[in-house]
Amino acid sequence: MALLGLIPLAACAPPDGSGLQSAKLNGITARDKLVCGVEGTLPGFSFVEPDGRYSGLDVDTCKAVAAAVLGDPDKVEYRNLNSSERFAALASGEVDMLARNTTATLSRDAAGGNGLSFAPTTFYDGQGVMAPVKSGITDLKGLSGKAICVESGTTTELNLADRMREIDVPYTPLKFQTSDQTYAAYLGGRCAAVTSDRSQLAGKRSSFPAPDDHQLLPDVLSKEPLSPATTNADPAWADALRWIVFSLMQAEEWGITQANLDSKLAEAQANTNLADLRRFFGVEGDFGRQLGLPADFTVRAIRAVGNYGEIFERNVGTTSRLKLERGLNRLWSEGGLIYAQPFR
Amino acid sequence: MALPQTPAVIPWWRNRRLLPWLLQAAVALVVLLVVAFLLGNLIRNLTAAGLLLTWRWLGQPAGFNIGESTIPFDAALPYWRALLAGLANTLRAVVCGLIGATLLGTMAGMANFSSNGLLRGLVRGYVEVVRNIPLLLQLVFWYFVVFLALPNGAAALQLPGLTLAKSGLYLAGFGPGWEWAGPTLVNGVWQAPLRLSVEFGALLCGLVVYSGAYIAEVVRAGIAAVPEGQWEAASSLGLGWLASVRHVVLPQALRVIVPGLNTQYISLAKNSSLAVAVGYPDLYAVAETTLNQTGRAVEMVILLLAAYLVLDLLISAVMNGLNRLVQIRER
Repeated sequence: MALLGLIPLAACAPPDGSGLQSAKLNGITARDKLVCGVEGTLPGFSFVEPDGRYSGLDVDTCKAVAAAVLGDPDKVEYRNLNSSERFAALASGEVDMLARNTTATLSRDAAGGNGLSFAPTTFYDGQGVMAPVKSGITDLKGLSGKAICVESGTTTELNLADRMREIDVPYTPLKFQTSDQTYAAYLGGRCAAVTSDRSQLAGKRSSFPAPDDHQLLPDVLSKEPLSPATTNADPAWADALRWIVFSLMQAEEWGITQANLDSKLAEAQANTNLADLRRFFGVEGDFGRQLGLPADFTVRAIRAVGNYGEIFERNVGTTSRLKLERGLNRLWSEGGLIYAQPFR
Repeated sequence: MALPQTPAVIPWWRNRRLLPWLLQAAVALVVLLVVAFLLGNLIRNLTAAGLLLTWRWLGQPAGFNIGESTIPFDAALPYWRALLAGLANTLRAVVCGLIGATLLGTMAGMANFSSNGLLRGLVRGYVEVVRNIPLLLQLVFWYFVVFLALPNGAAALQLPGLTLAKSGLYLAGFGPGWEWAGPTLVNGVWQAPLRLSVEFGALLCGLVVYSGAYIAEVVRAGIAAVPEGQWEAASSLGLGWLASVRHVVLPQALRVIVPGLNTQYISLAKNSSLAVAVGYPDLYAVAETTLNQTGRAVEMVILLLAAYLVLDLLISAVMNGLNRLVQIRER
């Protein structure tokens, strides 16, 4: 039944670009491939599995977008970008979007700064510091006079400088271009500690030879709302990305999962009183057309990767190898910060 | 029989004086158009993205620290001071690298002509191995394999007035109050009046060993270019090997060596930008952080291009001066 219901939906999807002009969306459709900039070496967020496939929370964002725009979550070309390359790659159009644990900040967002356009935050993080358990270092003060490894071109570098100046602890920053070099130098014992987002530290630690020999210090140095991003140059494309991400969060709020999607959809098609759900699925109204997307873009995205909660649990949650609590990343209705703006 | 008269007016397409001018003017016009197109394109797109060139950000506080600096620097100082500190670090690596690579390369190049077969073999092996491995790999090797294997803390190698630890080489010297001080271990961190970091050490070793191999080949070629007869003439005058090299062979070999050295010196200066792979805060590393913080990619790249261009032109000017000195001067 559900499959039958899909056919008229696909048929009434408007041709891409009708009613509005987005060069990026048209480009992606013409290319029939989404080029997504990712970190690529970060377990839980974007990581190449032994079988050669990408996996992670950021990767699932790329897949959701590819599914919503092109109808196939596998039509993604991943580009591994280091922290210093990412904005240039986006500005030059080498990648269509970033899903690369990038912190949304004022200077990155502003037209006079990096000129990015941020999608809703997909992971609320904070900067932490990791040190070997054996070193006996338990807080930031214990790092006085020591070397701290940090990846160059990140907000972590600035936060560390600010915070250490605040508490008047001298230290030596050792900057490396890639996260691999940074963690190699830390594991080589050159630095007393390494600093990054706490999720990244947890992810990297899970791939260390002896994860239990390293501990996260209790200090949280900053707010790090990690968000997918596009450029200011194409507002229509930025809007499309924003609402694809919102649809994953909205799905969790309404209890729509990968497993019950078809029954929910059938229910919405059958019952004209479920107006919210009908509009969300594109059964009625023209949300998709307004965004330059297929009418059933939410259905396609959820079918590909599930709702936000499913994505979180699968990649970084307590059942994954990162074993992170939901914490701030719970839904707003459960005391967290994940909040989809209304689909109206 | 009368020769056919040449026409009074030569058609322009056969005018040997006009034609080169026309051709060059056409090429110049095309080049100008291409440059104008590229510049116009850049300005149009930068305007569209709201990123027109501005240099005001250079005066804003940098907000990041630099691990080691030859000139005093802290996070409250402006970006231009950070870039200057980076430039000073680059110059330090380049100058030390040039001296080291020249010494190593000259010795290795001359050793090719030694009567000792083992030495000749060693030098050939060195040149062949080092020239055929990318510099980036060699730097990573020096840093992660050689220097980071050093013991740290109390286990560091200690000699009177000298300590070699994982964090660097510490030397005795005059402290801030002009008192003589040796390396001491304070709270698990070595302190000493003079310190060379392992990052600098790895970069320097990488540059010296890599460029040294090329310079060895340049020196070998220079010496090989001196005719056998010159060696024989020198020894028939009763000069020993070293004296022959110093007074007869080297002055002639230098004419061949200096232009080749120029190229190697310039590559060394440019290669120093690979410092970022081993955590040494050179100009490129600082520029990268600056670019990321400010988003001023075009301005930053222009500054970088200008800095490396000036550095290389300076090296070239010095080497061209040296070249004039060693050339045959005809009277």
